[in-house]
Amino acid sequence: MRVPVSWLKEYVNLTLTPDELAYRLTMSGLEVEKIEHTGADWERDKLVVGEIVETKPHPNADRLTIALVNDGSSAEPKLCITGAPNIKPGMQHVKVPFARLGATIVDGHTDDGSTFVIKPAKLRGIASEGVLCSEKELGISADHSGIMLLDPRAPVGMPLVDWLGDTVLEIAILPNIARALSVTGVAREVAALTGEKLRYPQLTGEGTGPAIAGQIHVDKIHVEIADPDLCARYSAAIIRHVTIGPSPLWMQRRLTLAGMRPINNIVDITNYVMLELGQPLHAFDYDRLPLEQGRKQIVVRRARPGEQMRTLDGQLRTFTPDMLLITAGETPVAIGGIMGGEDTEVHGGTRTILLEAANFDFINNRRAAQLLRLPSEAAGRFGRGVDPELTIPALQRAGEFMRLYAGGAVDQGFADAYPGRKPPLTIPLTAREVQRLLGMDLSQAEIAALLRSLDFQVAEQGEVLLVTVPSFRLDVTIAADLVEEVGRVIGSDRLPATQLADELPPPHRDLLWEHEQAVKEILVGCGLQEIITYSMTTPEAEAKVYLDTPEAAGHSPAYIRLANPISSERTAMRRTLLNSMMENLALNLRYRQRITIFEVARVYLPEGGSGDGLPAEPARLGIALTGPRIPHDWSQGTAEAPPLDFFDLKGIVETLLTDRLHIQGVAFRSASHPSMHPGRCAELLIQDQVAGVLGEVHPLVAERYDIPGRVCLAEIRLDQVLPQVQTMHLYHTISRFPAVTQDIAVIVDDETAAAAVEQVIRETGSSLLRHVQLFDIYRGEQIPSGKKSLAYTLEFQADDRTLTEDEVATLRHQIVQTLAERLGASLRA
Amino acid sequence: MIEQLKALELESLDKLKAIDSLSDLDQWRVEVLGRKGSLALLLRGMGQLPAADRPAVGARANEVKNTLEAAYALAENGIKQQAIGQRLHQDQVDVTLPGRRPGSGRLHLSTQSLQEIGRIFATMGFQVWESPEVELDLFNFELLNIPPYHPARDMQDTFYTTNSDILLRTHTSPGQIRVMRRYAPEPIRVILPGKCYRFEQVTTRSDIQFYQVEGLAVGRHITLADLKGTIANFAIQMFGPGREVRFRYSYFPFTEPSVEADVDCIICGGKGCRLCKYSGWLEIMGAGMVHPTVLRNGGYDPDIYSGFAFGMGPGRISMLQHAIDDIRYILTSDLRFLEQF
Repeated sequence: MRVPVSWLKEYVNLTLTPDELAYRLTMSGLEVEKIEHTGADWERDKLVVGEIVETKPHPNADRLTIALVNDGSSAEPKLCITGAPNIKPGMQHVKVPFARLGATIVDGHTDDGSTFVIKPAKLRGIASEGVLCSEKELGISADHSGIMLLDPRAPVGMPLVDWLGDTVLEIAILPNIARALSVTGVAREVAALTGEKLRYPQLTGEGTGPAIAGQIHVDKIHVEIADPDLCARYSAAIIRHVTIGPSPLWMQRRLTLAGMRPINNIVDITNYVMLELGQPLHAFDYDRLPLEQGRKQIVVRRARPGEQMRTLDGQLRTFTPDMLLITAGETPVAIGGIMGGEDTEVHGGTRTILLEAANFDFINNRRAAQLLRLPSEAAGRFGRGVDPELTIPALQRAGEFMRLYAGGAVDQGFADAYPGRKPPLTIPLTAREVQRLLGMDLSQAEIAALLRSLDFQVAEQGEVLLVTVPSFRLDVTIAADLVEEVGRVIGSDRLPATQLADELPPPHRDLLWEHEQAVKEILVGCGLQEIITYSMTTPEAEAKVYLDTPEAAGHSPAYIRLANPISSERTAMRRTLLNSMMENLALNLRYRQRITIFEVARVYLPEGGSGDGLPAEPARLGIALTGPRIPHDWSQGTAEAPPLDFFDLKGIVETLLTDRLHIQGVAFRSASHPSMHPGRCAELLIQDQVAGVLGEVHPLVAERYDIPGRVCLAEIRLDQVLPQVQTMHLYHTISRFPAVTQDIAVIVDDETAAAAVEQVIRETGSSLLRHVQLFDIYRGEQIPSGKKSLAYTLEFQADDRTLTEDEVATLRHQIVQTLAERLGASLRA
Repeated sequence: MIEQLKALELESLDKLKAIDSLSDLDQWRVEVLGRKGSLALLLRGMGQLPAADRPAVGARANEVKNTLEAAYALAENGIKQQAIGQRLHQDQVDVTLPGRRPGSGRLHLSTQSLQEIGRIFATMGFQVWESPEVELDLFNFELLNIPPYHPARDMQDTFYTTNSDILLRTHTSPGQIRVMRRYAPEPIRVILPGKCYRFEQVTTRSDIQFYQVEGLAVGRHITLADLKGTIANFAIQMFGPGREVRFRYSYFPFTEPSVEADVDCIICGGKGCRLCKYSGWLEIMGAGMVHPTVLRNGGYDPDIYSGFAFGMGPGRISMLQHAIDDIRYILTSDLRFLEQF
């Protein structure tokens, strides 16, 4: 909301500079987002108020006019030549902004705001001694259609900045701003904050014409509210004999500063009063209101299904029964609190005005405005709540203006249906309550004085303040609201900063959260970069990561889908991190050869929800690796490092789960997965439960992301992993006795899993076998085809003695024998 | 014999001079000083000398032996020194060549700030609590004192799902209700970190997905002044000593009174600079006393209990800390960006 400071001054004495004022308002809850100074760059001695004393046609050009301007500097008027259509020969005593030679003004013929300095120049043979300025040339607006006309009261020769210069505060519109969504509303805040007195506008708009009165006065206007739940009050006035024309310049100026476009006197007056008091008004052409049941009437009612009206923006609108219409009984003439109808709009020939000031239910109003996509000024106010007591003051004010500036005669009295009148709200408040919430001691008297400064009525009853809320404070309904009022008027500077002294809550450690952080730290230790990507995707994008359909792999196709996606690329909540990881690789491969990344995030599974309609949100860990195993450096020359492959990925998973999180029962099993290379894919098992998949991405899948090389990809179900994390695993004694190492090489069938061989070795080796390390796999000469040789280093050690050669030889023999029995292995010679 | 010794000494020392490797030196030692070396061979002739000459020859022979051994030790040392010098010389590198970095991983910038915020509040007794991202309208709005079509809904443009009761949470505040309902009537101090979503145009200042950290304290004696103290603690721990916090009164439907908390600019300290847009202050969070309706919805009697809540964006905090001018980098996960932190 734009609030011109000059306008504000009409209602309250300003002792602060605009900057100080903006600061005080901001600190107390009316956030001034911007301070705009108009005329700050106008040169005081060069841009002044001028008066056109005489005009005559240019002798050499039909479309140019010569204006003689008194700029107060000398008795001799200055000669100006203008082509502006609103300065015509014969005009006299018109006040205009006058730029003397040497002044800098905005170029009216370009749109980039460029300026120029006025130099002596001849136009068709006659020298011009200055320029009459348009609003655009002054930098006030984009209007260059004519010379700006000033209020006749403007003193000739006064620096223009003193007459026209202004400061406009732009105040953020928060949902609770209803109290201050008007210039007087802001003035009331300023008065309370600065200790000044509010000067509310004089409401002298008592009618002088024949009397009208509410629901009973049927011969003039009958007002009826059929749906009082949506319309608390409907007041109206009749103004006759108006002449449509421009509104006074001062009013136009204020409207412009406030960001509204002047239109004509009637529309401008309704807008002006709305900005001044906060009550939206609507002017109907009374004569165009249809006669129904032989009379002019206003019936406020819900729309009938499919009912239609053309609004004054020319659109034909169709209504539903939860929208409120202003009707002439049958015929709709306006949408309540949103927009008027075209048929009853004020026009050039309008003579009689029916002026509406009503009060509508703010929730319904907002809903209707949203459904109709009609965010009007009126709806913007009604949708935040308007004081129902404002209707009559607004009619009085506007009626008076119409009498003064449109030649109108205001009928006596007002039609006023007020079914929604509420008794004033009284809230008990104690100093103790203020202390309890603010944490600062204030005396009862001080609290009462602060509230009174905001127009609350306060009665003291012992230790209780009975605070009566003024009707314009729709935002104050409970004691806590009053506490905020107290707090914001004294200002937060006085609020102390104290340490929490309340009882500490019982500890509720979130181990899963901590483990999740540990997972991230461990992976970082493995050299991986964490990424965070968007949770929103599309089912189509995720289908890309599966060579088959996701269903073929037993994945459900159900998605949490958005009703209002912001783009076609983000329509649903992701079910997997696999696609996100691939997308991220593709993005970063544009700049990097080697990428090792992970993400910990939730996926959203509608089928796993807990019954309240919400999806399950299990945590997942995604890992992706691609590029050379060893980062390239200068000492390698041009030699190609081998690519990261399945075992790099598996090693990371093993480090994470087994070495660092000490999870028991981690195993890997060859598996097939619609994203993965059929020969390089494993399921992760924890205690025989599938807890994830890891593998190299199927080349055809990688191709879909334009990734040429090997890509290793894993998705691990963290929600299953984290509860298995062991925080209390046992430590192994470090033996003081020497270890004995033995190498063995065994020949087994090619299909025999290395893990099976190792398992036999470990089981047979007993607790004396401390380490088993596979150091070579060999196929080829000396090994029968279809077989392979696996070579292990075995390390034996006891905690209580030095092992004898015999003991070790026996163990070794047992191992070889068991391998032969269980796996058909033979010792390699 | 004396002459022969003299000649041996001179000849051997001569040979020694020419030796420049340890192996040649060793061979010289064997040939000259060894058990079968030239000196030993010569001294074998001692027995044939007249007894009277023996002491003189013996003394002389010892002298020669000592001289040669000393010369040997000197030569050995010289050669070793030379060899080490040579090796060191050959090992010489251009120390300005790039080092081999072990390729450290990193936490995402948001995780770093989230964890830092968590650690700071942990020192004040706040524990972590998580709640769903896909939420019921009931928890995201209604129980937080925001009925349908309330103007406060305009503050948070919302992604709705095809089930109109279910939406993507626009803030972490629904967690307030969930944690209160879980623990009422215990006192509560929690922070609620997590992803939030808003139906907004993506700009340099706002993204459709972001992190938020909500804080909630509920108890019998919790005040707005406590909130100010808590946020002041946070600001000092986060941004360094001397930071000041100010409250601006504001509006949130779920707090009353409501404030915006500002910290004096971490760059200019309040003098005014580009970062703080010449205001001297940086907005870091919205906060306030938990609205009585919200307390009641959480299961706490607002006449007995009070509480404060605050919500901040770790993204905003890291943008301030690192002078990042475009929030969109945070979710592109462009490694060129992430590897800077």
